[in-house]
Amino acid sequence: MDLKYPDGAKQFAEEVRAFVRAELPATIKEKVVRHAKVSSDEQRLWQRKLCERGWACPGWPKQYGGPGFDAMQRHVFDNVMSEEGAPPALPFGESMIAPVLFHVGSEAQKAEILPRIRTLEYWFCQGFSEPGSGSDLASLKTRAVLEGDEWVINGQKTWTSFAHLANMMFCLVRTDPAAKLQEGISMMVFPMSLPGITVRPITSIDGGHSVNEVFFDNVRAPAKSLIGEVNKGWTYAKLLLGHERTSIARIGQSKRELALLKTLAADQDVGGGSLLDQPAFRARVAAVEIELLSLEITALRTISAGGAPGVEANLLKIKGSEIQQTLTELLIDAAGPYALPYDPLRGLGDSNMEPIGPDEAAALTPNYLTTRVVTIYGGSNEIQRNIIAKSLGL
Amino acid sequence: MEFSASETQTMLRETAERLVRNRYGFEERKKIIASEDGYSPALWREFANLGLLGVEVPEDFDGSGGGFDDIAVVLEALGQGLVVEPYLSTVVLGAGLIAAAGTDAQKQDVLPRVASGELLLAPAHGEPQARYALNRVETAAARSDGDHFVIDGRKAVVLGGDSAGLLIVSARTSGKTDDATGISLFLVEREAVGVSVRAYPNVDDRRAAEIALEGVRVSQDALLGPLDGALPLIEAAFDRGAAALCCEAVGAMGALNALTLDYLKTRNQFGRPIGKFQVLQHRMADMVMAEQQARSMLYLAIENAGEADAAARRQAISAAKVQINKSGLIVGRGAVQLHGGIAMTMEYSAGHYFRRLTAIEKMMGDTDYHLERFASA
Repeated sequence: MDLKYPDGAKQFAEEVRAFVRAELPATIKEKVVRHAKVSSDEQRLWQRKLCERGWACPGWPKQYGGPGFDAMQRHVFDNVMSEEGAPPALPFGESMIAPVLFHVGSEAQKAEILPRIRTLEYWFCQGFSEPGSGSDLASLKTRAVLEGDEWVINGQKTWTSFAHLANMMFCLVRTDPAAKLQEGISMMVFPMSLPGITVRPITSIDGGHSVNEVFFDNVRAPAKSLIGEVNKGWTYAKLLLGHERTSIARIGQSKRELALLKTLAADQDVGGGSLLDQPAFRARVAAVEIELLSLEITALRTISAGGAPGVEANLLKIKGSEIQQTLTELLIDAAGPYALPYDPLRGLGDSNMEPIGPDEAAALTPNYLTTRVVTIYGGSNEIQRNIIAKSLGL
Repeated sequence: MEFSASETQTMLRETAERLVRNRYGFEERKKIIASEDGYSPALWREFANLGLLGVEVPEDFDGSGGGFDDIAVVLEALGQGLVVEPYLSTVVLGAGLIAAAGTDAQKQDVLPRVASGELLLAPAHGEPQARYALNRVETAAARSDGDHFVIDGRKAVVLGGDSAGLLIVSARTSGKTDDATGISLFLVEREAVGVSVRAYPNVDDRRAAEIALEGVRVSQDALLGPLDGALPLIEAAFDRGAAALCCEAVGAMGALNALTLDYLKTRNQFGRPIGKFQVLQHRMADMVMAEQQARSMLYLAIENAGEADAAARRQAISAAKVQINKSGLIVGRGAVQLHGGIAMTMEYSAGHYFRRLTAIEKMMGDTDYHLERFASA
């Protein structure tokens, strides 16, 4: 079932839909819908089309080159883009570091970095987690010491998504080891090409490569790499993660997966009808659809209240990620025995082999495996629940 | 219900566990998976030498003449070690079918070679459109020259189908696609003319294959069991297979829970082991309860794996498979969540256990299938 949007939003949704249908190459849409990996060239091509239309970086105000959408337009835009199979925007630049720069970036940083994020000339990765600092991010140890007009950085980051493709990193470093954990951290932005940075790939559970370890060996970053004030990095990181949690709900994407699930289940003949006709399976599909509706209405309420996202952001992250996982579970259930054959290259979009089972089944299991991460990253769901509990005064 | 282990079972368990411990470390396993065969022929010979391949094979055919309760302890050890060797397809399903339905000549030809490790078997029953329905067989075997059959059709996700020397192919000898009668089993050499095999790894790193049969000619001697009456044999084999998966799953759950518990005690965040956080304690407690419930149902599965009363067997096996599927998901998904990022990599064994438990849930009937079968029994 679809929600009734107000007239203006409905019109805008049709405008966005018409744009995607006209401009998105079918090969890219196919990859997104079938859970194959979109190449960096394809990502850039799509970003160019968005720039030309004035819709790149949909969360940005006009003054920085964004479309200046209001919250409702933003919601509609994200939803329709995902439903139509547009490649999801890379969050690190436009949704994570950019809002921090809006608030505390120097004029020079804004002028240099923001336009380049918009065109994807700057492709960012996020240097937060470390081997000993996951949920307890504030315990991070990577050290930066000011020597003359350079920061000298030593240490290690891990689980760094797309570090092997990125040319820029925003990074949390310890600048005052004597201070309380949260008060000795600074945020920096620098190119990945600096001497002393080494990227080592980590093979994911699906056999693919998207995360990395990043090592810093006497990396010298110019003093202007610092974002905002020294030792205020933790405050900026919280601001940034709040934005990440809002976009992490992935409502539009889940709607698209739900549609795929219904198509796939309707195609499965279980003798005397399709899998979608089976009462037990049908009820599970309906249950997740209702969860998703509830989440979208919650998102719309948050928008209508107009405030900065508070605990609602945590709720959106928790429920959004759980729904994503439930959908991947139902999708492999629908695939049946053909969930077993494993062709990781196909998931990466690199396989020229004939699919082993039904075409759409090939990447479902890799997708199921990798989607376990959504309740871990961006602040694990346990941490999110702690934040909600704390806000309740518990 | 027998909860205590016999002397033979204790010995078998120790033998299998020792082999897994000494020869199946993370790095060794990685090499085996990456090898062309997808299993280790050298290790398979060791299995044979230790008597692990002939546990259930009758003594007349060079085996030890044990029961399913004996083979169950071996399977649990294989589950603990994530062993990818084609034990289920060859020893449990293949040899089990031959022992149950073969003529003396067929038993004499096949079973000693299974026990000695010379021959691998693969039952090829499932088809692309069948999902879990055992009666849905489109592959057809037509009479030819009076005493021959010609087989045409496609078999899907055939476990061990890439390495087996001998396939046990189900085919329709009469009736329509979904009829319960009219299905027969045939022994088909994998190298026979008209058999083509497309091999691939499954998500648990075990090999499987899509098998196409085009005009494959076999003699009357290749018929295994009664003409047109193989479905009860196939159902019995399927239930033995499901019970075997239950054994492996319980082994895997035990190993994975031990790994996760150790991680909770040793991984420090916020200045203390993460196992000190109550929300993680409760999840770990749920995972241990899930393992215990699964272990209880494993006894039911073992007791009924060879039950002659098909209706009673079906219901018991379905009950066990439902509980074990459910427990496997609780333990597998819980382990990933409690480990965090490290379990999302191929470089650490938790993710591999999770992949195996994911596969088991989809094999020999998923949860919905067994819930329905239990309820309608």
